[in-house]
Amino acid sequence: MSVLEIVLRAAAALAALLLLPLLVGQTEHKVMAHMQGRLGPMYAGAYHGWAQLVADGVKFVQKEDIVPAAADKRVFKLAPGVALVPYLLALAAIPIHPGFAIAEVPAGVIYVMAATSIGVLGTLMAGWASANKYALIGAMRSAAQLLSYELPMVLAVASVALAAGTLSLGGIVEAWTPIWLLWQLPGALVFLAAAVAELQRPPFDMPIADSEIVFGPYTEYTGLRFALFLLSEYAGIVVMSLLFATFYLGGWRGPLDDTLGWLWTLLKGFAIAIVMIWLRVSWPRLREDQLQRFAWLGLIPLALLQLALTAVGVVYLQ
Amino acid sequence: MSERKGVVPGLVKGLATTARTLTRHTHTAEYPDVRPELPPRSRGVIALLAENCTSCMLCARECPDWCIYIDAHKETVPAATPGGRERQRNVLDRFAIDYSLCMYCGICVEVCPFDALFWSPQFEYSELDIRDLLHEKERLGAWVETVPPPPALDPAAAEPAEVASQRGPVRPVRARSGA
Repeated sequence: MSVLEIVLRAAAALAALLLLPLLVGQTEHKVMAHMQGRLGPMYAGAYHGWAQLVADGVKFVQKEDIVPAAADKRVFKLAPGVALVPYLLALAAIPIHPGFAIAEVPAGVIYVMAATSIGVLGTLMAGWASANKYALIGAMRSAAQLLSYELPMVLAVASVALAAGTLSLGGIVEAWTPIWLLWQLPGALVFLAAAVAELQRPPFDMPIADSEIVFGPYTEYTGLRFALFLLSEYAGIVVMSLLFATFYLGGWRGPLDDTLGWLWTLLKGFAIAIVMIWLRVSWPRLREDQLQRFAWLGLIPLALLQLALTAVGVVYLQ
Repeated sequence: MSERKGVVPGLVKGLATTARTLTRHTHTAEYPDVRPELPPRSRGVIALLAENCTSCMLCARECPDWCIYIDAHKETVPAATPGGRERQRNVLDRFAIDYSLCMYCGICVEVCPFDALFWSPQFEYSELDIRDLLHEKERLGAWVETVPPPPALDPAAAEPAEVASQRGPVRPVRARSGA
């Protein structure tokens, strides 16, 4: 692969990271608004407020750059980058089109799980470096939550890899059959719940809930750094939706997939993103202890059950 | 653990409610690009038809907030016929309503015997300086063109007393007997 091709692929990944979250963010504004009987942004951009997030971006860029006096400056400044870049790395590995991913990684499943876990560090760094007790409490809650939900997610994904017989993401998509919609259904639900918790989206947003703890680890952030944290949340939604589509919905598989594979991937990912938005609008927030109980006493047994089910199925189908 | 059984149906019902609201038409009216639909007899501002006003001062007296300021003087009008009596007329010098005090109760409009005050639904007269909320006679006269025609009477309402009293009593009057 020539240097030019590498640069082009990297640029494509960066463009996707910067544009797809904005699309999801605008969809969230509009879908959440209509679900609540409102209209959402209508003013920015003249046609139903399509440019609202562009306007927000400009607003954040022109804000004053404040670093608290007592903060650990280098860690404080690095935290948004540490939260955002892992999602760029994970996005690059997802197979979008038959035989094409921006970065071909042989053990894609392990790589993607590891990459998304690094994002946790960004939140911890933000909370610790902020020199603010609410930020610290938020960061500790965040750490507990994200650690607890790593395990069900990894177990669910292990079940998918077992069913496909490969750790490569492209291989999983090729091995997918429609029976997986039933066979892997418990694992799919576990993955969805764990993904929403990893992203700290409602109903699992206790660490950043503004009525509880100001804004948790991100309390002291303003301007572009704050915008990068928000972008990392929506980038995470994009990555997790695409991963769900890849693992459980067949990725680029569909009619005419040799030409339209990329379209199927995006549509399936978009549908899952809308489901995540729907969950946010419909359900109240879980308390920290309810959240932990749900992970350890609800999701992990279900994920283990799924693993057993998959193992039985794999042996039976041999 | 009987509360646990209720968790999943509640979650599903929550999802169903938001999905249903998503499909319903949104009733948001985007003011100021869209004019609001105000009900009839909406109270926005009080208009003065100065030619009807006789400076009887009833509105200024009855206003609970004392926000109406009236100045008037008497003028003599020469006799209409030779040898007749000279008449006196009130001439209105100043009629002002202070909208920073007005509480939009409508007592002044109700009590005016000469139909000089009217309600108008116009509400967009907010000012940057509170002293500009004192509307003088000229400005109050300008509001008259925004006064809508009176709304139709409710067909199910009782007859107004002015009509009912003309019609005569319901039962025929009995002639009184006895001395």
